[in-house]
Amino acid sequence: MTRINVLKTYKIFIGGKFPRTESGRYFDVKNKKGKLLANMCLSSRKDFRNAVVAARKAQKKWQSTSALNKGQILYRIAEILEGRKAQFIDELMMTGSSRKQSKVEVELSIDRLIYYAGWSDKFQQIFSSVNPVASNHFNFSTLQPMGVIAVISPNDFPLLGLISVVAPLIVGGNSCVILSSEKNPMVSISFAEVINTSDVPHGVLNILTGKRKELITHFASHKDVNSIIYCGNNNEEIKNIEKISAENLKRVKIYKRTNWDSQDSQSPYFIEKFQEIKTTWHPAQV
Amino acid sequence: MNRLNINKKWDYSDALEATDHIILKEKYDLFINGEFVKPNSEKYFDTINPATDEIIARVAGANKKDVDFAVDSARRAFKSWSKIKAKDRGKYIFRIARMIQERAKEFAVIESMDGGKPIRESRDIDIPLAANHFFYYAGWADKIEYAFPNKTPKPLGVAGQIIPWNFPLLMAAWKIAPAIACGNTVVLKPAETTSLTALKLAEIIQESGLPKGVVNIVTGAGQTGAEIVNHPDVNKIAFTGSTAVGKLIERSLAGIEKKTTLELGGKGANIIFEDAAIDQAVEGIINAIFLNQGHVCCAGSRLFIQESIVNTVIEKLKDRMSSLVVGDPLDKNTDIGAINSKEQLATINKYIQIGKQEGGEIYQSKCNIPKKGNWCPPTLFLNVSQSHAIVQEEIFGPVLTIQTFRTINEVIEKANNTPFGLSAGVWTEKGSKIFKLTQALNAGVVWANTYNKFDPASPFGGFKESGIGREGGLHGLKAYLKFE
Repeated sequence: MTRINVLKTYKIFIGGKFPRTESGRYFDVKNKKGKLLANMCLSSRKDFRNAVVAARKAQKKWQSTSALNKGQILYRIAEILEGRKAQFIDELMMTGSSRKQSKVEVELSIDRLIYYAGWSDKFQQIFSSVNPVASNHFNFSTLQPMGVIAVISPNDFPLLGLISVVAPLIVGGNSCVILSSEKNPMVSISFAEVINTSDVPHGVLNILTGKRKELITHFASHKDVNSIIYCGNNNEEIKNIEKISAENLKRVKIYKRTNWDSQDSQSPYFIEKFQEIKTTWHPAQV
Repeated sequence: MNRLNINKKWDYSDALEATDHIILKEKYDLFINGEFVKPNSEKYFDTINPATDEIIARVAGANKKDVDFAVDSARRAFKSWSKIKAKDRGKYIFRIARMIQERAKEFAVIESMDGGKPIRESRDIDIPLAANHFFYYAGWADKIEYAFPNKTPKPLGVAGQIIPWNFPLLMAAWKIAPAIACGNTVVLKPAETTSLTALKLAEIIQESGLPKGVVNIVTGAGQTGAEIVNHPDVNKIAFTGSTAVGKLIERSLAGIEKKTTLELGGKGANIIFEDAAIDQAVEGIINAIFLNQGHVCCAGSRLFIQESIVNTVIEKLKDRMSSLVVGDPLDKNTDIGAINSKEQLATINKYIQIGKQEGGEIYQSKCNIPKKGNWCPPTLFLNVSQSHAIVQEEIFGPVLTIQTFRTINEVIEKANNTPFGLSAGVWTEKGSKIFKLTQALNAGVVWANTYNKFDPASPFGGFKESGIGREGGLHGLKAYLKFE
């Protein structure tokens, strides 16, 4: 007799916990044959607001965590993901990727995490400057994370896309609230389980599942969000986000690329985009 | 306490800067495609000396057709300007820097006449810094690839630039120099009340032999600015001005691929600890808020004093305020000149009224204010809290609010409790405290034991609602480049 499989309940990830959406709503994900794979949480505005509170609370401490430590935590995420490769390959295959594609996506995801782990204590050195001012002052410019970042993550490459967008944010000391791939959200919640066992402080990464159409306006209008990333090509959505974000001058970044498996989808410039330059002056004369 | 002994006779003789060498035309036309041209609008508006209410010249008001012509000239110029040898671009910009230096006195006097700022500031700060800015970016022109490892930077095209009235020539330099060094061409609109030094700069640009159309200067009011912002053939908008207008620009460019940099308002926190060098700090606090009549986006307009030294600091501040000379901008003794316009004076007075109504305790120094012109005595408000409008909103005038604190964490919380994030100041003799504060304050520029210092090599710009992007220094190049 075949064993009855235990199915997983996919919830959302806020402040290091896995609650259900407060709205109690769901949407279903089916495989190509139309068979139900999972009932996902259809996150609401309230879920998003809760996630921003968690992200804000975590951000200050995460920012002041040493670069060394941040790098090690990113490396730890990669380690844990490596150990669960088979699970992620299976999950990607359930939603339509071939075995080969799935394997490539998971392996690239792990490598990308390690790539950014290594940047942790280096990008500051690349982008900072000591400025030779004409007066007798010591003057230097350094990077500081923007703060809380809302992410509409890519629909393609549900794991690799999310990691490519988010790893440079958190290695730079930001915290974020992520709306996972709408087409293929399951893997993002499994990734949340990886995060939760990787010493990432609670609230640094928060992951919601749901509908872009419903959440984009709330992502763009929240006053305690410093920056928003939109991955996609829908010009109407882009315009909407840019218009609403002007209210508190959120930094809006649009990623139209879909080739997240390419080599140029990783660089320290993805970190730098979400940093503010701070310039400090001090007299150098008694 | 040692008080300044200012009660006895302490008058200065007049030390007026001569104006007889200044030649101003009656009417200024637009500078487009290397020539001064009459505006299609056929309209001219008055530019007024805010210290005397006298009309000193008339300036063309550009309409849509004029802006079209300017953008078109810039577009045509871009084709060759972006292709010529980078080192030659640099040489033209070096020339401009030198020619400003040669005519520095003339520019300083006109700046003070047109804008109301003390000649001491226009002579020692505005004009030299403007020249230095051109000099700095001239040197970058053929070295840009070194600033962005592994990238291939390219110019954007036509940059539309809109600047404010508080540092007219300096802001023009901040905008034009990096833009053209990177190979872009420019359509610049000076502020309505302070167009003259930009038009004088146009003369220099013409004399420098800079290819026609690389820099175009169109004068006018807000509508002219809107025409530039919304022009479909402009690739980049650089704006310095109010946060309200900055947001308006962002909204109107939503969904349009036009790069923007914004330098907007601020409400700088200036924090003095009990272990500060008090006298130096008081001098710095005065400079932080009263420089340029407080018409400074990064002004230290919110003072936080540690409780144990409140009385000493306030007394010393009041003392120092009473020795500030308010009056003729062209007098070399003047510390505080004229408020830039009647509109701005009304805004400042409105905030002073609100401050009083909300229960703030006002102190203004007694000074002889000229009969004609726009004036505001140095002002401070005690007994205010975070929720007061004068603590939250940018006044852009010589008005300082004073609050107190006990602990470091408390003052960090209060200092950061604002939608702005442009600047901050810290006064303490303890090094670790400086670094703790400069790291924790959410501001683009932090001055420790100094304030309101500027330099072409030093990036400037805000966090949060104080703007997007940086100007100045290596980081200021990025605003005028694209990376494929």
